[in-house]
Amino acid sequence: MTIGLPHYLTLAAILFTIGVLGIFLNRKNIIVILMAIELMLLAVNINLVAFSAYLGDLIGQVFALLVLTVAAGEAAIGLAILVVYFRNRGGIAVEDVSQMKG
Amino acid sequence: MMDITSLIFYLFAGVSVASAFMVIAARNPVYSVLFLILTFFNAAGLFVIMGAEFLALILVVVYVGAVAVLFLFVVMMLDIDFAELNEGFLQYLPIGATIGLVLLVELIMLLAAYQFNDVRALPQATLEGMTNAEALGRVLYTDHIFYFQAAGAILLVAMIGAIVLTLDKRPSPKKQNVAKQNARTKADGVALVSVKPGEGLKGRSK
Repeated sequence: MTIGLPHYLTLAAILFTIGVLGIFLNRKNIIVILMAIELMLLAVNINLVAFSAYLGDLIGQVFALLVLTVAAGEAAIGLAILVVYFRNRGGIAVEDVSQMKG
Repeated sequence: MMDITSLIFYLFAGVSVASAFMVIAARNPVYSVLFLILTFFNAAGLFVIMGAEFLALILVVVYVGAVAVLFLFVVMMLDIDFAELNEGFLQYLPIGATIGLVLLVELIMLLAAYQFNDVRALPQATLEGMTNAEALGRVLYTDHIFYFQAAGAILLVAMIGAIVLTLDKRPSPKKQNVAKQNARTKADGVALVSVKPGEGLKGRSK
């Protein structure tokens, strides 16, 4: 059985769904939510690289590189916000974040 | 009959899906980070199969070397009660599972409608006689130079933002003041006290 584009797209769909599920299930732990976002971005990267190979066009890999950059920056900023939030409040429960307004 | 590429694909795909599931299911965030590293390693293996060796190595270097270590550092630095964090896990399971299932079924139905009968092996995006890194560099630094510059700007903004956010603005209590040290004399540094027997140094707080 040949491994083609649909196999990679299905794998990416499963990984993306796991990422969405992670955001919904872990309502108390922001760190796991950030990791679920990383999983979703990884699924997007798999899609981009698979289409890049399928179409024989390298721009997909260039764009995957850009997504990787954004993911790294997002993780750094997110964790910095998390550290500041923990320093101010002494916990990282997601439900308390609504108190930040005002 | 399964050839070796299919076998490797299913190995990497299976391990990456299983470890991705463990990322969100693990009780301890430290285990989550370690499973995230495993997921990224297997995704790097899939990238190698697809012919994107440079991206595979970048994935390992950037994610395992930087992002995952950052996560691990924050998880271990913050003093979090993990037992308390896991309390509401089952509370959101029905809605989360419903949404995840709907999304997965929709995505896979979309793929099935797209092209499942005519499956061809993926060709390599790289030209003949050229490594993936060389081919990627040829387009990245010429045709897509603005994307490259934008990526650099994003990283710069992220770096400055992280530094600004976590910079401790409180006045540091442990800072050396050389002028104050030099201005100190024997007269105000030493006090000779005649202590009455049985009373100690009560009342003298200098």
